[in-house]
Amino acid sequence: MPVFTPFEAILGGILIGLAAGGLMILLGHIAGISGITEEVLPPIEERAELPWRVGFLMGLLAGPLVFAALTGHLPPAEVRIPGPLMALAGILVGFGTAYGHGCTSGHGVCGLARLSKRSFVAVTVFMVVGGVTVFVLRHVLGLGV
Amino acid sequence: MRQFLAALVLGLLFGLGLSVGSMTNPQKILAFLDIAGQWDPSLALLMGAAVVVTFGLYRIAYRMPRPLLAPRFSWPRMTRVDLPVILGPAIFGVGWGIAGVCPGPGLLLMVTNPRAAAWFVPTLLVGLWLGRPHHRRARQQAEKDATEPSA
Repeated sequence: MPVFTPFEAILGGILIGLAAGGLMILLGHIAGISGITEEVLPPIEERAELPWRVGFLMGLLAGPLVFAALTGHLPPAEVRIPGPLMALAGILVGFGTAYGHGCTSGHGVCGLARLSKRSFVAVTVFMVVGGVTVFVLRHVLGLGV
Repeated sequence: MRQFLAALVLGLLFGLGLSVGSMTNPQKILAFLDIAGQWDPSLALLMGAAVVVTFGLYRIAYRMPRPLLAPRFSWPRMTRVDLPVILGPAIFGVGWGIAGVCPGPGLLLMVTNPRAAAWFVPTLLVGLWLGRPHHRRARQQAEKDATEPSA
């Protein structure tokens, strides 16, 4: 059972903030993972923007590997739901973040840091709907997920 | 090349931050969303710290004429609270509540849990691809509105 890990959470948040703020100062872009991933899928529209997007995603994927090199183990990723349910979640997360113009990083970190009203609305909606979904699955339907 | 390398380092910082904060672990996310269970506020603390640091660095960016390695800033132009910005996050929220995985940690599953990634990542990409035409259209329209003087 996960426990509250305040020190790791703050350290992790600082690293993510440095990445998000750094991406604006250096390259002038919002660090939104869904938006960046969307635009590396074919057909590609903004070819000049492809190198930084691919670089960012490669670095992102290297994150857990560097973490493993430093600590001796990969960060945990425990999945308890069956594969088809993961697949369903994937399409909802993908479509919802693209259609809603951002995810936990674009709206949640960058949007809130810009004090964007749109992002405040988006974050409130996905937090509340996420919470209600977990409540229904775990406490109404009693699924151990 | 400079842009690629800078983005590589920044992406690495981002991925390291998710790893350090255990945001790679769906159980950690679900424990945050499960306020009726054994609630774990780690995600809120991590997001809060990230927002504070980003807010500070954006203040610096606001005062710069252009980014250090690019010709111009690409600040988002959309400001209106419209239906997609409510409907999209609502659909995302359902998927997030089912799996405890958002796009960043979802991609990282390829490294941290390849078996789960084999189920999640292909449909994530299909979903992003399906939502993209709307996103592009709205973004381009907002950029046009912002640069063209209104009649």
